Amino acid sequence: MAELSYRDAVIRAISQEMERDNNVVFLGEDVAKAGGVFKATVGLYETFGPKRVRDTPISEQAILGAAMGAAMTGLRPIAELMFSDFAAVCFDFIANEMPKLAYMTNGQLTCPVVIRTGNGAGVRFGAQHSQSIENWTMMIPGLKVVAPSSPVDVIGLMAAAVRDNDPVIFHEHKALYATKGEVPDGEIIDRLGTAKVLRSGKDCTILALALMVPRALEAAEALARDHGIDAEVIDVRSLVPLDTQTILGSVAKTGRLFTVEENPRLLGWGAEIASIAADEAFWDLDGPIVRITTPHIPLPAADHLEDLALPNAPRIVDKIVRVMNG
Amino acid sequence: MASNKQDGQSAGARSNDDIGVSTRLDLYRLQVEIRDCEKRAYDLFLQNLIKGTSHLSLGQEAVAAGFGVAMEKGDKSFCTYRGHAHTLARGAPMEGVLGELMLRDNGLMRGKGGSMHLTSVEHGVMGSYAIIGAHLCIACGSAWRAQYLGDKDVTVCFFGDGTTNIGAFHEALNFAVIWKLPVIFVCENNLYMEYTPIGDVTAVEHPAADRAAAYGLPRILIDGNDADVVYRTAEAAIAKARDGGGPSLIECLTYRHSGHSRADPAKYRPPGELETWLERDPIKIYKQRLAEFGITQEQIDAIDAESMRKVEEATAACKAAPQAPLDLLTADVYADGGWAWRN
Repeated sequence: MAELSYRDAVIRAISQEMERDNNVVFLGEDVAKAGGVFKATVGLYETFGPKRVRDTPISEQAILGAAMGAAMTGLRPIAELMFSDFAAVCFDFIANEMPKLAYMTNGQLTCPVVIRTGNGAGVRFGAQHSQSIENWTMMIPGLKVVAPSSPVDVIGLMAAAVRDNDPVIFHEHKALYATKGEVPDGEIIDRLGTAKVLRSGKDCTILALALMVPRALEAAEALARDHGIDAEVIDVRSLVPLDTQTILGSVAKTGRLFTVEENPRLLGWGAEIASIAADEAFWDLDGPIVRITTPHIPLPAADHLEDLALPNAPRIVDKIVRVMNG
Repeated sequence: MASNKQDGQSAGARSNDDIGVSTRLDLYRLQVEIRDCEKRAYDLFLQNLIKGTSHLSLGQEAVAAGFGVAMEKGDKSFCTYRGHAHTLARGAPMEGVLGELMLRDNGLMRGKGGSMHLTSVEHGVMGSYAIIGAHLCIACGSAWRAQYLGDKDVTVCFFGDGTTNIGAFHEALNFAVIWKLPVIFVCENNLYMEYTPIGDVTAVEHPAADRAAAYGLPRILIDGNDADVVYRTAEAAIAKARDGGGPSLIECLTYRHSGHSRADPAKYRPPGELETWLERDPIKIYKQRLAEFGITQEQIDAIDAESMRKVEEATAACKAAPQAPLDLLTADVYADGGWAWRN
C-alpha cells in the first residue's frame, strides 16, 4: 500500500498494461519525450521505448484513426486526446467509426482502443479546454465510457479498459491529477460497469462522477454533521455500461435520489439515470429526483466565475437540505 | 484527359510488355467480373431489389483490378462507399457483395452494413468507409500494426478525388510519411466530387498528385483506365512499402460512366464528355491489349461467359436468400456479441 497521485496512477496503470501485453501501444501529442502536458505519462517513453510510446503531430483524426486501424488488426492501442474538448475535431472516430465497427461488419471486426482524455474544469482554462464531455460520449451506442475519481480507480479501470474488446473513452479529470489516494501494491484490475458505494447512508442517494465525487462526499459529511441527513454517496465511475443495480438498489433503500453533474444541464448523464429511476423505481421514491449540475452555459476562465458555475459542497448541501426539508 | 505520364520517382519502372499472359488474363477477368456485377447491381435497382443507396464503379474497374492482382493474400484493403469493385477485386464472392446490396442474410455482413460498408476480413477487405477521409487515417493504423509487429503485409487505401480536400486526407498523409508506414494511398480521380467538377473546388489541377510534394512524396499520376499501368504502378508501390520504403500516393485518372449514386442522372456533365471517355473504357482498352499480346477471342469469350455465369448464379442465390432473422438487430453492438449497456 502506498499513497499515489491520480497523475502517477495514470503512469502506473499504463505501465502495468504495457508490461503485461506487448500489443499495448501508446500514442498522442507530447506524450512520449515530454511526458504529457499534464505530466501523466512521464517515464513511459524511457521505460517502453520509442516503438511503443509515440509522439504524434497535432492530428487528432490521425491519432484516433491510427489507433482504430491498429486495434482492428491486432494491437491494443491507448490514444491520448490531450483535452476532451478536442473530441469535437475528431468526433467522426468517436461517434461514427470506432463504436459502429463491430455492428456494421456483423462482428467481423472489433475495436479495442482506449481513448484517454483530460476532461473537466477547475483549472481556469476557459470554455474550450474545460468542458465535461462525458455526456457527449454517453449517447453513442457501441462506445464505453469511464470516468474515475481516485488513483486506485484510475489503475483498475484503465486495466479493465485496456483489456476490454470495445472502444472505451477514459475521462481523466484535470483537476484531480494532483489529488492523492491509497493504492495497493501489485497488479490492480477492476471491472467496467460497476458503481462504488463510497459512503453508506439511509436518507438519500447522491450520485457523482469524477471531480464531483470528492465534493459529494464533502457535502455528505456536512449534511450529517449540520442537518442530520444521512446521505449515501455512489461514485458512478462507468456511464456505459451503467450499474443500474447498485443505483436502483440504493434508491430502494433511501427513497431519495440526487445527481451531482459537472456537465452542463441539458442531457447531462444524470438525466438518463433520473429517467431510469422514474421508470423503474418510482414507487421507491419519497420525493422528486433532483439534478445538481453546472448551468447551461459555456465555462468562463475567471476563477471566481468558474467556481460559481460548478457544483460544490455548499451548493450540494443547500439544494439537498431545501428539497429534503421542503 | 487521361494521361500516362509519371513524374518524379516513377513507380512503373518495369516495362508493361512482360506482364505475362496469366496475369493479363487475371486483370481482364477481374475487370469484366466487376463490370458485370456492377451492371447487375444497376439492373437490380431498377427492379427495386436493391434498397438504400449504391455507388457504382462502372468505368473505374481498372484501378481495383490492377491493385487486386498486384496485392497478395494478407494485404489489407480499405475502401470507400464506392467499394464494390475493390471488394470483389480481393476475391470476395459476388453472392456476398450482391447479397449485401440487396440487404439479404447471405450478404457479407448479413445486411447490417449495406452497400457503403462492404467488409470481408477473410479477403483482407477491412471495411468500406462512408465518411470521407476517415479511412485514410484508419489505414495508417493498419500499416502501423504491420510495422510494429514486423508483419509483411501492406495496406492499400482507395478513395476519390473529393477526399483530397478534407482535413483527414492531409493528417493521414503527413502521419504516414513521418512514421514511414507501409501504406499506399490510391486516389481515383473520376473528375467529379459527387456532382461538382473537382477542378472547380480544388486549388491544384491534380488533387492528389499535386499535393504529394507537400508531404515529401513523389508525384505519381497515371492512366487509371489502363489496367497494365495500374498493375505495374501498384506492384512498385507495394514492393516499396513491403521493403520498408514507406508510403506512396498515387493518382489514377479515370471516369465513372454513371452518376455519383443511384439518385444521380449525372446531367451536369458537358455534352460529349461521357462519349469521349467511353472511347477510353478500360475494358475496351484491355480487350485490344489482349489481342496485341496474342490472346485469342476464344479465351476472351470464355472469360466473359464465366463472368456472366457467376453473376447469374449470384443473382439467383440472392433472390432466393431470406433477410436476416430479427435477433440480428441487437447483435454485435459490443464485442461480446450483445448490446447490453446496463445491468
